[in-house]
Amino acid sequence: MLNRDEDILQAAENWQKAGHGVALATVVETWGSAPRPAGSSLVINDDGTFLGSVSGGCVEGAVVTEALDVIASGKPKMLEFGVADETAWNVGLSCGGTIRVFVEKVGQS
Amino acid sequence: MKLETLTQLNAERAARRPVIVVTDVATGDQRLVKAKDIATDPLGAELSKQLRMGKSGMIESGGKKLFLNVYAPTARLVVVGAVHISQALAPLARSLDYDVTVVDPRTAFASPERFPDVPLIAEWPDVALPPLNIDHYTAFVALTHDPKIDDPALLHAFERDCFYIGALGSRKTHAKRAERLKAQGADDADIARIHAPIGLSIGAVSPSEIAVAIMAEITAELRLPKEGLKQGEKQTAKVQAA
Repeated sequence: MLNRDEDILQAAENWQKAGHGVALATVVETWGSAPRPAGSSLVINDDGTFLGSVSGGCVEGAVVTEALDVIASGKPKMLEFGVADETAWNVGLSCGGTIRVFVEKVGQS
Repeated sequence: MKLETLTQLNAERAARRPVIVVTDVATGDQRLVKAKDIATDPLGAELSKQLRMGKSGMIESGGKKLFLNVYAPTARLVVVGAVHISQALAPLARSLDYDVTVVDPRTAFASPERFPDVPLIAEWPDVALPPLNIDHYTAFVALTHDPKIDDPALLHAFERDCFYIGALGSRKTHAKRAERLKAQGADDADIARIHAPIGLSIGAVSPSEIAVAIMAEITAELRLPKEGLKQGEKQTAKVQAA
């Protein structure tokens, strides 16, 4: 069963209320053939558990790593991924598109 | 995102009310706009446009880059009549991400063999429909051709402000239906909301083709601005799916 957005956001709320550090990563812009549309989201908690997706699985690993930083610092971050990116070999999008992902901590004041 | 914002967002979504989260991506500042407040919001025009399309996206306003994240409720399709067209319509609607429910009191029609994996309610509309909490984000189609089933179902749909209401039947059949519904309290505005004959005019003949015509019409009603829909309707006569 695929996780719908409501389940993902409900998980974020439940994790936060259970005392976890939680980050929400959301696709805010796409160019070319991006795998997931703007608004798609991934939620990550402080033990590295995640739900949802921002791509076809190509960049989730990198987003989770960045999200752990955001949970620690509390400061939001904008990430960009594309095949032309210098880190493309590691975390590029195989589809050839570019996406921008906004990562924010849940529960920041 | 503040926990309070997330909690509100989840509550609105659980209640099937649309909501938009506006984020200033430079600062992380955020606010949640409920559907009822969109009209009076400073970004009202942009918000209502994005909501209608069900699409999230970036906009620029007052020198700020804002991300509008649109949370529209999952669209539903309620099909009254577990008929041959419905067997094609249910899987097609599901492929378009609708939550589908089929209602038909006739158990020979509403059988799991005919509708694998589709929620089926083998009850009369007066029993089956109220618990479904049908709302604005629901498309409602009546396909039994049986006034005993279709008429009470349509009267229920009028009360619930469905974004689309369609009923199977020729113009002649529909004219008789309009008379019956008016005798039961429906007014002209209610009758005008029924798409009948149902579906866009694409020359549909087979049940599957009629299902495509119906889903195309539902999509147009959901996505086109209201003026655009009227223009579209002028250009296309309705299909005779009788």
